[in-house]
Amino acid sequence: MNQENLTFEASMARLEQIVRAMERGDVALEESLKLFQEGTELVRNCQTLLDNAQLQIKKIMTAPDGSPVEEEFQDEP
Amino acid sequence: MAQNVLSISQLNEYIRGKMDADPLLAQIAVRGEISNYKLYPSGHHYFTLKDESSALKCVLFKGNAMRLRFHPENGMKIIAVGKVSVYPRDGAYQLYCTALTMDGVGDLYAAFEQLKKKLAAQGLFDPAHKKPIPKYPGTIGIVTSSAGAAVHDMLRILRKRYPLSKVRLLPVRVQGAEAPGEIAAAIGYANHYHLADLLIVGRGGGSIEDLWAFNDEQVAYAIYRSEIPIISAVGHEPDITISDYVADLRAATPSNAAELAVPDQDALRQNLDAMSNTMVSSLSRQVKAAQQHLQVLASSQALQSPTGYLEQRHQSVELLKNRLASAQDRNITKAKQRYIAGVSKLEAMSPLKVLTRGYSMAQTKRGEVVRSISQVALGERIRIQLSDGSLSATVMKKEEGK
Repeated sequence: MNQENLTFEASMARLEQIVRAMERGDVALEESLKLFQEGTELVRNCQTLLDNAQLQIKKIMTAPDGSPVEEEFQDEP
Repeated sequence: MAQNVLSISQLNEYIRGKMDADPLLAQIAVRGEISNYKLYPSGHHYFTLKDESSALKCVLFKGNAMRLRFHPENGMKIIAVGKVSVYPRDGAYQLYCTALTMDGVGDLYAAFEQLKKKLAAQGLFDPAHKKPIPKYPGTIGIVTSSAGAAVHDMLRILRKRYPLSKVRLLPVRVQGAEAPGEIAAAIGYANHYHLADLLIVGRGGGSIEDLWAFNDEQVAYAIYRSEIPIISAVGHEPDITISDYVADLRAATPSNAAELAVPDQDALRQNLDAMSNTMVSSLSRQVKAAQQHLQVLASSQALQSPTGYLEQRHQSVELLKNRLASAQDRNITKAKQRYIAGVSKLEAMSPLKVLTRGYSMAQTKRGEVVRSISQVALGERIRIQLSDGSLSATVMKKEEGK
């Protein structure tokens, strides 16, 4: 699984699942090690996503055919 | 004069009865300017309403005063709604107010109440219809004016809290006759083209007239029909509009809407750290348990001293080998003894050995040992074997018996 491509939401959901499973402690040690590795990568992925995030702001205008067109919106000068 | 003489109390009560029976006086709206305004510690408000030439005493009791949407002041033009009745102690009639609205908005207020009642009856405010707000909205649509301060307040907060989102601004007019149509259309448009996971619909503070577009029926239906969850964000904290009642979530202000729309990245980072810690502690707990289990196993002799174990095994192998070897030896000796005994027995039985003791053996020409007289004929030649040689002889006579 390429975790770079996971959205923040999907990463958080999977992470919460992993943490719950590990907390319950009913998985074999080998499986726990795998979960730990996956979870650690997910945490890193989420942190990276937050670190690199930049709020995108678009203004929606309407094309002649009625469909939406995105335009840049200058929020802060 | 046979006229009845009444007490003042009786008269005042009589007049009060007359007044209270009058349907017009029971529910009346009066326009005027506030003077002699007093708020008593009891929470009741007393004031006089006046116009150019007349005055009317008014009281607003605490229970009704709690629903006031503004603070009454002397000189303020208002419309007071209530019933006219007599205060028997003073022999004065007064207006017992149930609601006050600022003049000029009185019609709006009535319209608001009317619409609210109608939409409530149609189920537009039904909590069961309200959609959950997504936890991590990917795209947030904002239906508001692109000019006002509200949009900048919202963007500032969204940027600070959750920059992972994408914002799509759907600019609309938020006041004036065109506003309701534009707001409703933008909500419908966002739904038609799936432009967002969450919509914020609203504007910054203003007078009740300024906010009026959000009390519009069209806007209410558009919010109700939206498949995209909607947070309403109209005006300031005390301003409640029809939009607020219909929306899936009501925010007190546009800034508050931005806060309700997204999680806070500081809290998210803390949460990530906490989950990291939980994973580490869960894993180390499991590893510790495994180690303990391993220790129990390791304390068994085989693993504690593997060389000792091997030596022991080795010794028993040696022992077995020795036992095998000695068993073999014994077998060989026995066999040897049996062989020697067999050989001497054979020797004892050898015919040559018998001959040495003085016996002899007669044989025919064909080499058969002669055991019976019937084997040979008279005159036949036989060979007599002795221990040191042989004799040739001729059978001369045969005698039967011993």
